[in-house]
Amino acid sequence: MADALVVKGLTKVFNNNLVAVDHISFTVNEGEIFGFLGPNGAGKTTTIHMLTTVLKPKEGSAIVCGHDIAKEPTEVRNCIGVVPQEYTADEDLTGLENILLCADLYGIPREISKKRAEELLKLVELTKFKDKQVQTYSGGMRRRLELACGLINRPHLFFLDEPTLGLDVQTRMATWDYIRLLKKEYGMTIFMTTHYLEEADMLCERVAIIDRGKIIAVGAPNELKEKLGGDIMTLSIKDANADISGIIQKVPKVKEVKKQDGAYRIKVEDGEETAPIILDAIRAQGHSVTRLSLTKPTLDEVYLEYTGKSLREEEESKESMFRQRATLRRARG
Amino acid sequence: MSQKNSNSRSPVHGLWALTNRELKKWYKNPYLLIMSIIQPLIWMGLFGRAMNIGAIFTSTQIPIPQLTPPLTDIQKLQLGNAFSNLSTQIMKDTFGTSDYFSYMSVGIISFVTLFTTMFSGMSIVWDRRLGFLNKVLSTPVARGSILMSKVFNAVIRSIIQAAIVLGFAFALNLQVGPDFTPFNLLGVFAAIFLISIGLSSIFIAIAIRSTRWETQMAVMNLLNLPLLFASNALFPTKLMPDWLQPLTKINPITYATDATRQLVLYQINMQQLIFDFVFLGVFAAVFATISIMLSWRYLSR
Repeated sequence: MADALVVKGLTKVFNNNLVAVDHISFTVNEGEIFGFLGPNGAGKTTTIHMLTTVLKPKEGSAIVCGHDIAKEPTEVRNCIGVVPQEYTADEDLTGLENILLCADLYGIPREISKKRAEELLKLVELTKFKDKQVQTYSGGMRRRLELACGLINRPHLFFLDEPTLGLDVQTRMATWDYIRLLKKEYGMTIFMTTHYLEEADMLCERVAIIDRGKIIAVGAPNELKEKLGGDIMTLSIKDANADISGIIQKVPKVKEVKKQDGAYRIKVEDGEETAPIILDAIRAQGHSVTRLSLTKPTLDEVYLEYTGKSLREEEESKESMFRQRATLRRARG
Repeated sequence: MSQKNSNSRSPVHGLWALTNRELKKWYKNPYLLIMSIIQPLIWMGLFGRAMNIGAIFTSTQIPIPQLTPPLTDIQKLQLGNAFSNLSTQIMKDTFGTSDYFSYMSVGIISFVTLFTTMFSGMSIVWDRRLGFLNKVLSTPVARGSILMSKVFNAVIRSIIQAAIVLGFAFALNLQVGPDFTPFNLLGVFAAIFLISIGLSSIFIAIAIRSTRWETQMAVMNLLNLPLLFASNALFPTKLMPDWLQPLTKINPITYATDATRQLVLYQINMQQLIFDFVFLGVFAAVFATISIMLSWRYLSR
């Protein structure tokens, strides 16, 4: 089994007209952390729901740990663990009771599940709170409990849907550490969705960028950044009506010039050395530069490159709005 | 490891875990527990004791016409007894027992069962909204078990509440019938078991794809009182208008209530009692099957 997940042409259509996921194909290698990056409403959660057999795809197939999601859903469910976007732990039960409930859903005998629960609680540092009701937990604690619940059946492939949604920066960083720790401990493959670029950059070995239901790029974050072909220079000139793209284009090592919102987005090799040359060329034509920035590419640049826009917030369906609000409310705890 | 789990587990694994999750919310929350015990008692007090229909006929203020020659004291006593017997007879003919409170408290059992089962649909809507349902759907637990856990939760709660109602009814001087033995109580619980399986299956089937609790509330409000009043729970159906009679005949609450009354209050009519149980059994089997089949098809969307 070389690939933990093979997706081919997976498609989901809601209400016969809303194409949420549009013929996506990708492969997740054994043992890697694979990030699914995209704005809200891009189809990330719908994809996870299909891969975890909660939603039925309209077209296409997916092989999870060697089992087809449509033909062998029970085998798929056995080998995966899921941490949904929402806090799904039962608030009226204690942390331990919640984990044991998850274990029972997998049919794990009590003597095994008790041992595993204690071990997982220790890893996510909730042992002290295991007999407290979940409604007393903070957002970060709830997230850790969800991680522990998802791992109770020792999954081969672990799905994390927006694992740090609604958490403050510090708790987010801490959650990443827990994810890394659990990965080290159990060595499973991780498929996670996120709309935080730095999260994808820090955690994931490979990412797929999804926008409006379509995958627009797949690769390691570094690879994607390198594909941009160097550094990004952004500059504006005084005379907004003039077009100096042609002048910039002629400078050696300039690979591409785009005019966006009155500014020029220039892809250059060896940015530090090329920038002064560009400036000289512009000045020689009698234009004066008002703003200038030079950035090493980040995933944000990659994202901008492929989608033509920054990660945007989109209006969502009422239901997911409700869920997200409930999650946020509880995260603030 | 996962392979080992799947070989050793039963097809209904997780069913009890899910049922117990719901029950825990109830028995671990003393406030909820006390409320659900007090509620039927309030109804018993209000309907059974406040609306004391028997008292209508036991008035001592019925004027006896002045006759000549005047009645002797013995004649007055005989006349009084005749009236009193008459009222008992009327109560017996109407309610099958001379004590409305006894009649009523058995009806309250059906009433409590109806209201408990009605909320089982609600909890599936909440599970869907809070994402818990999605998590459960991604585990290898049988789809039917997800649904049946809600049913069994309602069944167990109904039976416990019925036991409490019966206990209090006995304490408040319930007048048992000539055929009553403690063994009959098993029959009572069997009847409640069957009707609550059927009723909660219906309400869950209605809620199975819903994401809005408002819809579910509307359905509950639409159905609860008609179901209750178009049955013999509070008043005998034979005195109801003709157009209502067919409805009372297909209303399962009628049969559950009748079975319970036969077992506790009446002289048992074996044929009728067997028919009651057959009707309830078919009702439970049909709707449980329907809702399990719906769960295979519709629980995941």
